[in-house]
Parts: sequence; structure tokens; C-alpha cells
Amino acid sequence: MLDTLLEPFAFEFFRNGLWAALMVGALCGMIGVFIVLRGMSYIGHGLSHAAFGGAVLGYTLNVNFYLGAVIVAFVAALLIHQLSKDGKIKSDAAIGIVTTAIFALGVALISRVRQFTQSFEAALFGNILGVTTTDLWVIAAVLTVAAVGLLLFYRPLLFSTFDRDAAAVFGIPTERLQMGFSLVLALAIIASMNIVGVTMIAAALIIPASTARLLSDSFSAMLIISTLLGALLGVSGLYASYHFDAASGATIVLFGAAAFLVALIYTRIRERLTMHEHLHYHGDVAHAHPHTHDGEHAHTHDGPLTPAKGRTGGTTALADAKYEKLP
Amino acid sequence: MVTPLIELRDVSVGYRHRPVFTHLSLSIDEGRFAGIVGPTGSGKTTLLNTVLGTVRPHAGEVLIGGRPLGRSRPGEVGYVPQLETVDWSFPVTVEQVILMGLYVNRRRLPWPSREERRRVAQIAEELGISTCLSHHIRNISGGQQQRAFLARALINHPRLLVLDEPTSGVDIKTQHDVLHLLHQLNRQGITILLTTHDLNAVAAHLPWVICFNQGVIAEGPPREVFTPEVLSRTYGGELAVFDHQGHLLIAHATTGS
Repeated sequence: MLDTLLEPFAFEFFRNGLWAALMVGALCGMIGVFIVLRGMSYIGHGLSHAAFGGAVLGYTLNVNFYLGAVIVAFVAALLIHQLSKDGKIKSDAAIGIVTTAIFALGVALISRVRQFTQSFEAALFGNILGVTTTDLWVIAAVLTVAAVGLLLFYRPLLFSTFDRDAAAVFGIPTERLQMGFSLVLALAIIASMNIVGVTMIAAALIIPASTARLLSDSFSAMLIISTLLGALLGVSGLYASYHFDAASGATIVLFGAAAFLVALIYTRIRERLTMHEHLHYHGDVAHAHPHTHDGEHAHTHDGPLTPAKGRTGGTTALADAKYEKLP
Repeated sequence: MVTPLIELRDVSVGYRHRPVFTHLSLSIDEGRFAGIVGPTGSGKTTLLNTVLGTVRPHAGEVLIGGRPLGRSRPGEVGYVPQLETVDWSFPVTVEQVILMGLYVNRRRLPWPSREERRRVAQIAEELGISTCLSHHIRNISGGQQQRAFLARALINHPRLLVLDEPTSGVDIKTQHDVLHLLHQLNRQGITILLTTHDLNAVAAHLPWVICFNQGVIAEGPPREVFTPEVLSRTYGGELAVFDHQGHLLIAHATTGS
């Protein structure tokens, strides 16, 4: 039994894949928080497709595969930002227009040339078991850049993600910050492309962050949970894919979807178990309705007078007033 | 002699070559508590954004404290956004929102220093929201939410406080409390500029009003400015002005027989 469980670790390709899944999972989990909170969940999906188009274009022009992908993904991110800046064209439409056009260019080039020595299948669907040591160093470098960048620019990133206009008024260089983030996002997508595949990157970016959001009401906690969860899902998904003999990228995403579902059920059950009703106060306002005490509905029990019922207020009155609905 | 804190000199602003206002000259004295009123689409929010520097004029010059926009010290201008534009599901507490006001400082570390926490506690105490610092911003009352964003704007001791529609989306009591609080801040020497749709709140609380519709129609104390003629030119419709026991009341004038 133990031999079967440990069997995959005997293979170097699996160990490399495991490291790659761990780092890519953490990287996507970390960056995904900003993407989810900015309401730009489709950016990962779009940019990965643009990166694919860029990779094909780069290869056709005899430029390095990765370099073409990074440049095109970065330019696509800037174009999306510029197009959607004044609100006339929404970001989802901008993502659809820019990235699909570039992806289409890549597909058109492939169909026209038809004689590529480079395999684009790995980029499309992920091939985590073909990870080389160089790939690992590239992923580690991108993860380091992203983590250091996040640490150094945590404050302006948080402010501009929460309220970009106000952040600009307060002197945060929001445009430069956006450019920097777009570059890191493009790098992360390229680093992840051969691991989880173009078709799965969006899920790797969104699922850990969305799951973390269900579990926490704090930005920093969400960031930590999402990063750790991304890493955990990467490792567990890859490990399971070996035993299930299934595609690694797809298994990682399926594990993520399962984790999201468990978190969703957990929060719903927790809400139901802690939901109750009694008289309570929000400043001067007294009322009673079903609510929870887990930070979702802050209130006091020792409030001011409730003149509607002629009560004296305070905890004694509250004990009497339990389950009593006020207008 | 009172010096102007805000000066717009022959300023023209527009989006994609569509002018919102042209050749606008306006100055607001230091210590003023002024409200900009006008119909939807009149350009009052654009005027506010021009003062804040988030909209760049095609022509003209904007000066804050005698210096061109962008050369003022960080935190010199405090800004409170319209509550309706805030993402209330964003995972931040009241304390974290107030701390954002200090992000103009050079500190790189993500967590707040002891001094920063002290400043947040102090401003929260002054504004009466110290009991809800650890609460998520969604889980406090409308008045407390308004005060949380005011605290963020005030934590750097600004000379100018700009508020976008602080009276919209809150009940009448909260509206009164907020305007009363702004009065107190103004008495402490902070110049305040806000936009609002609520003419009666302006008439009751603000000492200075600017009627705006693609340009300044009139400005001055509400009693002098809020005349049916000026309001008609500003809003393009008939508005009636009443004096009820010393209070100015503005209402839509009914037409017809």
C-alpha cells in the first residue's frame, strides 16, 4: 500500500512536476486575489489565450517562444486596460476583443504553416510531466518577482484594488502600478502555461482566491489562504492525476472546484447553524431579524432605550425582549 | 485678506473632444464650506475631478494653495468618494480603510506601525467610530461608513476636503449628522468642497453654494443664490423657493391650471 502511495516520487519527472505544481499553484493563488477582487476574473482566461497567440507569432518570427508570449500578453493587458479605462467599453468586452483576436492570429498561423517542430499542445492543455529543470528555475524566478513585488507594493496594490480613483487622489501612482501588475500577470501566465495549460489557467487563478474569499473577510488572510490553497491544490491535484492516470492540469482544476464546493457548503452550514434572531442594536437603531455573529452582522446587545415598547433598555430588558420584532 | 485655496484659470475639460465645460475660471477661498449643485450631466462631478486632478484639463491651469495640481504635498487634499461607488463586499475592516489614508507615506511594510495604529485610533475616536474599527465595512451603519471614509481623508490633516455626494444614499438623520460634522471640521479650518443633489440640505447647512451647469451660473450664500431665476437657469425647469419659519425650502413648481 505504502509502496503504491510513494511510487510516483521515484520518478524525476514527477518530482519536477510536483515542484512546478506547488510553485505555479502558489503563484496563481497569490495573483488571483487581485484579479478576483478587481472583478476581472476573465483576464486570466483571455491573457493565456493572447500568450498562446504570442508564442505562435514569436515562433513564426524566429523569436523565442516565451519572449513572444510575454510581450504579446503584456501588450494585450495594456490594451485591455486602455480600452476599458473610460468605462464605455467594459473590461469583459475588451478582454474578449483583444485576446480572442490575438489567439485567432495564433490559430491562423498554425493552420497556415502546419509544420511546427514546437509542440503547442502542451501550451494548450498543459504537460506538467514534461517539466525540465530550466522550467523550474523560470517558475521560481517569476514566483520570487511576484512575491517580492507584492511585499513591496502591498499597500498601494491594496488601495488601488479597493478604490482606484481614490487611490489616485491620495497620490498612489495607479497607472504605473497597473502596468507593473499586468507585467507580473503576463509572466505568471507564461510560467503556468506549460503546466496547467492555456485552457485551465483561468481556473487556477480564480478558484483559490474565490474559495479564500468564502472563508475570510480579511484581505491579508485571503491572500495567505489563497496562496497556500493554490499550492496545496497544485500538489494534491498532480499527485491524484498520477494515480487516476488523468490529465494533470484538469485534475488540479477539478480538485480546486471540489475545494470551492466544500468551502461553499461549509459557509452555508455555518451560517445556518449560527443564524438566530433577537433584539439588537446598531447605534440608535433597534430591531430583530435572523442574523449571525461571525462578523457578518456587527451589533450590540446593550443598546439605548426602545421607546416603541416603553422598555428601559439594557440586557435585562433584552432578555425579556428576545424574539420580539420591532417595526 | 483671504487667499484662494482652489483656483481654476480659464480651464477647459472634456472627454474625447466633447467639452464638458470651457474657459471656466473659479476660485474658492481658504476656509470656505462650499457645495456645488446642478442637474445630472451638468459637469459638477467633472469639476470635482478636475480639482482632484483625476481629470486633466485640455487647457487652463488648476492651482491648489497657489501651486499647480500635482505639486501639492501628499495628503494635502482629502477625498471622500460617493458611498454608492464603494465595493462593500471587498474584504477590509474599518481600520484598514482608514489606514489607506496613510499609504501616501513611504513605509513599504504591509503591516501598520505602532505610530500608524495610534493615529488611526485617534482619528476614529475623534469621529466616534472607535468601537467599530475591527468590523467589516459592510457591517456598520451608513453614518459610520461615511465617518470611516472621512477618517481616511482626514488622517493626513488635509487643507482641503473634497466630498462627492456625501448626502446621497443615507437617511435624513445621517445626512444631518454628516453635514453637522463637516461644519465642525470647517470651523477647525479645513476648506470643504462637495457636490450634492439635495438643494434643501445645501440651503439648511452650507454657507456657500455654487450653481453649476457647464459653467458657474451663480455663487454665494444660499439665501442670495437660490432664487427661482438662478435655479431655473441651472436646472432648466421651474423650481419654487419658500421661506418657512426662517428656513429656505426649494421644491418643484407645479405647472398647469
